[in-house]
Amino acid sequence: MLDVTHAKRFPFYLIVFLGPAVAIYTLFMIYPLLDSLRLSFFTTTQDKREVFNGLGNFSTLFGNSNWAPRFWGALKNNLIFFCVHMVVQNPVGLLIAALLVGSVRGRVFYRTVLFMPTVLSVVIIGFIWQLILSPLWGVTPSILKAVGLGSLFQPWLGLSRSALVTVALISVWQFVGIPMILFYTSLIGIPDELLEASRVDGATKLQVFWRIKFPLLLPMVGIVAVLTFVGNFNAFDLIYTMKGALAGPDFSTDIMGTLFYRTFFGQQLQMGNPTMGATVATMMFLIIAVGVSLYTLWRSRVQTYQL
Amino acid sequence: MKRGLILALAMVLVVCALPVFAQKVTLTIESWRNDDLSIWTDQIIPVFEKQNPDIHLVFNPTSPAEYNGVLNTKLQGGTAGELITARPFDASLLLFQAHNLADLTDLPGMKNFSSVAKSAWITDDGKSVFAVPMASVIHGFFYNKDIFNQLKLKVPVTKAEFMAVLQAIKKDGRYVPLAMGTADMWEAATMGFQNIGPNNWKGETGRTALIKGKEKFTDPAYIKTWTELASWAPFMPDGYQSVKYPDSQQLFTLGKAAIYPTGSWEIPQFEKDATFKLGIFKPPVEKAGDPVYISDHTDIAMGMNAAAKNPAAARKFLQWMTTPEFATLYSNALPGFFTLSNAKITLKDPLANEFLSWRGNSKVTIRNSYQILSRGTPNLENELWSVSAAVINGTLTPAAAGKQIQDGLDQWYKPSM
Repeated sequence: MLDVTHAKRFPFYLIVFLGPAVAIYTLFMIYPLLDSLRLSFFTTTQDKREVFNGLGNFSTLFGNSNWAPRFWGALKNNLIFFCVHMVVQNPVGLLIAALLVGSVRGRVFYRTVLFMPTVLSVVIIGFIWQLILSPLWGVTPSILKAVGLGSLFQPWLGLSRSALVTVALISVWQFVGIPMILFYTSLIGIPDELLEASRVDGATKLQVFWRIKFPLLLPMVGIVAVLTFVGNFNAFDLIYTMKGALAGPDFSTDIMGTLFYRTFFGQQLQMGNPTMGATVATMMFLIIAVGVSLYTLWRSRVQTYQL
Repeated sequence: MKRGLILALAMVLVVCALPVFAQKVTLTIESWRNDDLSIWTDQIIPVFEKQNPDIHLVFNPTSPAEYNGVLNTKLQGGTAGELITARPFDASLLLFQAHNLADLTDLPGMKNFSSVAKSAWITDDGKSVFAVPMASVIHGFFYNKDIFNQLKLKVPVTKAEFMAVLQAIKKDGRYVPLAMGTADMWEAATMGFQNIGPNNWKGETGRTALIKGKEKFTDPAYIKTWTELASWAPFMPDGYQSVKYPDSQQLFTLGKAAIYPTGSWEIPQFEKDATFKLGIFKPPVEKAGDPVYISDHTDIAMGMNAAAKNPAAARKFLQWMTTPEFATLYSNALPGFFTLSNAKITLKDPLANEFLSWRGNSKVTIRNSYQILSRGTPNLENELWSVSAAVINGTLTPAAAGKQIQDGLDQWYKPSM
């Protein structure tokens, strides 16, 4: 009898525990998000009034000859930016993690050093790399010259064909520590019994990695991929620091984040446009939402092993 | 004990404040020039207060990036100061149209300013002026006198001489002829296009013709400007595509480059950093003896809060700002920022004085993208940055640049005047 009434009573302590977080999250995350979604359906008139514009902003963004090239260009550049991370950052992170798990001398040292750039300020990263790659004072041209490859040097950050990949690789350099540490923790979580058993069965080191470790890592590969995706489609600071809000040359480093910033806040003599800015932000939200949904779908289909 | 202390403090405050409230009017100046705080409080305000003991001034700057936002909030909340430092063109025009800035057309001292000086703080129809012009920056070329002497070079006057000088420095090989890069893009547009362009489009004639729709960016004067810019590329440092503004500044002040296209605002920094003799020359002209057009770009002015509590005192200060006395004080305190007043003033800084002397023997204009033409989408100023950098980088032809700019302008701008 007593037990039944007990079960029926609403657990008020949950409100106490969840309340502050939910309140703050609603106020500073959910409300602004919903409000910018709302704003993307409005436009501002001459006399500064907001009027409902339906999907007008979106058709401008996709179809207008001023907006469409910038939007599709930014989306394409963002995809390239993401691909560079997927192709370079995550495999390299995995490789380093795999090497660190083995009995390397100075393991703690390498782990710390490789993770360090991640916690540095983007402004510092941007400054250091611009200096390293600078055609005037950089060490890159002098090193290349010293080994007789001086003619290979190009001002990569300033050429429209190489600027985006260069910035992406700098970002990879900065963030490679994150997949490394995530893969590393997964790898050391694999029980020794499994590895010992496989070795007893006569598996080579490569076989152990691809047949035993990698399948067990698969959930982490998914998590790393989705983190990279979200991070890359929200990226802004490194490009803004190195190339400015106009993301030159010729918008070749322009991604969704810089497009949003320029549209919303304005640039030099260009006045900010909050409604079009909100439209770009909504597109960023939708792209990320689709990406994360695909991940969730994949996660529910893929076979994972519980240890 | 504690209460007693607070009471005593309050008494002290009241006693201190009483005489101020009793006799003095306090005016607050809103500004983004936080660098100039000591110049205003130590050099400019004391002079005015001495002449007008009944007015007390407080210089209250905000950081440049926050200024527009903070000012708007203050104006809406009714807490903004009486005097408001005004940015050029649309940012201030919007404030005037929103009735935040007072009309100053009938301020007697306004006659001390030319129409070019007032153009940045005037309504489109040219009828109402809403700020006292304070300062402009003048574009030109800095050069390293030591390198010029060493290589026995003559300061160029014509375009042909300019290119010959660049050739000679390049041939010598020890120095970079032209310290400039295109990574930041605004240098290509501001220190390149707007610096040498006025000689081609005849300054104000061309600028106003663009606004009236009588000239287009596809006209020969503009294409020629981009063609000249493109011809600079071989004389710029290796890898200029990724050379940024601070890089070129350092290249020049370290004595590794001979010529630096820029503007008068560099004077204080360059005089501090450079260990060689600095010289300046005007943007080169077609043939010797041609009139020179310089960009004397309006940058800063002072307006009055339309809701000022003491408009009479504020107007008194603004009237003082139109006098030669203020012009001399301000321009000497900030070498490189020149008063827009017609008054003849002398400057102690020789380089600044030389820049200023150009006004007497050349025709002045402002950057052609600033008035009216940068209101629409695509934004003209942004486009000029992008396009001018691309022309120097060799990824866009001058003709294509002109077409892109004019097509963008035609989309939204319908000349009506």
